[in-house]
Amino acid sequence: MQVEYLSAFNVVLGVLTRFWPVWIALALVMGASFGYKKKLGLYGQLFDSGVGIVGVGICLFWLFTAIFASTISPFDPLAQVPIMKDALPGAIEPASKLVYYFGGDKLARDVFSRMVYGSQIVLIIAPAATGFALMVGITLGLPAGYYGGKIDTVLSFLANLVLAFPVILLFYLLVTPGIMDTPIPYAMAGLFFLFPIIFFSVLFWTRYKNRPDRLYILLGLTLVLGGWIYAGLVFDADPFKIIHIDPNQLNIFVAVVFASSPGVFRIVRGLVMDIKTRDYVAAAQTRGESPWYIMLWEILPNARGPLIVDACLRIGYTTILLGTLGYFGLGLAPESPDWGTAIKDASRLLRSFIHPALPPTIALMSFVLGLNLLADSLREQSMKD
Amino acid sequence: MLSFVIRRLGTMALTMLCLTMIVFFLVNLGPNLKKLAISQTEMHTSAEQLEAWLVNHGYRQNFFIRYGQWLGIMPKQPVTDPATGKPAQRFSFCNDPVVPTFSGILQGDFGCSTKFKTTVASKLFPALSATGILMLCVLAVMVPISLLIGILAGMREGSRTDRTLSVASIASTATPEYVSGVIFTVIFASWLGVLNGSAASASQGITFYNFTLPVMTLAIYGIGYIARMTRASMVEVMTQQYIRTARLKGLSFGSVVIKHALRNALIAPFTVIMLQFPWLLTGVVIVEVMFRYQGFGYTLVEAAGNNDIDLLLGCSLVSVFIVLITQLISDVGYAFLNPRIRVQ
Repeated sequence: MQVEYLSAFNVVLGVLTRFWPVWIALALVMGASFGYKKKLGLYGQLFDSGVGIVGVGICLFWLFTAIFASTISPFDPLAQVPIMKDALPGAIEPASKLVYYFGGDKLARDVFSRMVYGSQIVLIIAPAATGFALMVGITLGLPAGYYGGKIDTVLSFLANLVLAFPVILLFYLLVTPGIMDTPIPYAMAGLFFLFPIIFFSVLFWTRYKNRPDRLYILLGLTLVLGGWIYAGLVFDADPFKIIHIDPNQLNIFVAVVFASSPGVFRIVRGLVMDIKTRDYVAAAQTRGESPWYIMLWEILPNARGPLIVDACLRIGYTTILLGTLGYFGLGLAPESPDWGTAIKDASRLLRSFIHPALPPTIALMSFVLGLNLLADSLREQSMKD
Repeated sequence: MLSFVIRRLGTMALTMLCLTMIVFFLVNLGPNLKKLAISQTEMHTSAEQLEAWLVNHGYRQNFFIRYGQWLGIMPKQPVTDPATGKPAQRFSFCNDPVVPTFSGILQGDFGCSTKFKTTVASKLFPALSATGILMLCVLAVMVPISLLIGILAGMREGSRTDRTLSVASIASTATPEYVSGVIFTVIFASWLGVLNGSAASASQGITFYNFTLPVMTLAIYGIGYIARMTRASMVEVMTQQYIRTARLKGLSFGSVVIKHALRNALIAPFTVIMLQFPWLLTGVVIVEVMFRYQGFGYTLVEAAGNNDIDLLLGCSLVSVFIVLITQLISDVGYAFLNPRIRVQ
């Protein structure tokens, strides 16, 4: 059976049409944001500069790609069609008449569908891991910067300890198949996932401790929701079987949180040490507010600018870390469609075929670039205020 | 100053002690030891024999005793030969002692590599020197280019040059080594065919043909970051009063930049360049694996993949040392370069 090919122009056209749900969603969101940009605060200001628009556009593009992955991709990312092994871009699969837009890889899977599905893995793990790292870093960085002294010495020493580890060595030690037989990843997950619950409980407690009607609702909500997610993630014991995470992915998740929270800790600590000398903090102290109220409700909101910028950069950095893990074949399943694994598989065969290598590399690069542009323009906008 | 350095060195020693202990703990986890025993014995060994091998080679001794042995504060015990009952060498390929001796890191003995069947020192140090050459080339390319980009961009903030160069440096920080490596290989090795996509032959002799791609790949990720830091520092200096004074007294723009701005603008990038080393270390691992260059990163991956305990510990010690010493140099150097900073 002969495989037929589309022309280069038709490939480009076909790829653009496959992304139709993304274009519609992008047009809606970007149009709405542009129309109401005056009312949207910092987010709206992003649309004042070209760099900001491009950054938001790229990030949203990948977000919608991840959401609509099953509609966009013509094939199952794991399905193998033997005749399409190493097929060149634009090859038409004879049975279904669908097109392998970016060709097939060495296991005859569709490179385009794998790239689209790969975005799902990245867009779930990277922001979530960054979120947890922020929680851990903030919860530990606030007291370290505010109290100073012994707490600061101990916590900073621990943070520097982790930061002195070359990331790659850390991953080789923490993300191995063997370690899943030991309780270490679960213990670490148990520790890290505790931080958001602590954070929100203290947050609500300090604010509403004199208003029991609100306090009990918010605190109860935190504990129930937090406990539910906690049970699902750490013990895999979600009674409703909704929240579930693969042991593999839990391991990666924990390692990534572990590697990036000391960075957040350092930034938060530095910001707190700067902000705690301000007059409004002194005023709160004179009012007799508790230290945690001052940290969470006076200092933290005023540190949000640099933290948001850092979070954007950090999601990009986490994406790079995930790619590194995939590139070294650590943690993720060997057939997983994530970009790092795809780059690893393709880079071994660069001498014979280059087409499976380019889509995942360009995807990863463009997503990180989008986040970096977003961070850059956020920084510029927040400096203007 | 001296007491500052001494205190920092003390913290450094403590950090290294803690980190090596963590690494030691992690490589000695049950599943990892089992993997080691399987790779070191013949095929189809029963579970009891694996356990016997581990006991016989001293892997089942108390954790702290073994850590002390590795460190050199506890004597290393020879193993008992099961056939004769006499003390024998632990690993014959390393000239291990047959009498209990203090022989650890403190005595300069890095131990024995089970993967390469040789001493760690004879594997690790040639690899380090190979990586050293790579690093030197990378720094020689990266530092001048990034400083130049940063200065050109920061000279006139908001100009067209600034915008273009800033976006270019953001793009370069968004390109990790495994991405740029693939793209460069595709362009220069597959399409143009002017460069070699593998640096395996660089161990025999470094040529432009086989060494350019790894150096380029490693440099590109750092260039963007250092350039942006240089730009920020340059922009700050260019708004200072003394620059305006120099301009107002009639000096040309070029000579103001070179004589007045440059020296002050280069203090911050110095720190950044020093702190780039930990990043370079990760990059080295990726690039050496990608281009098959037999250096430190390649050794580290081999050691980690095969759970080669002593070699992995040696690698961690070296990399942690590099990270900490560059931090120290950057702090001390900053104090020297910037007269406004005094360390207590």
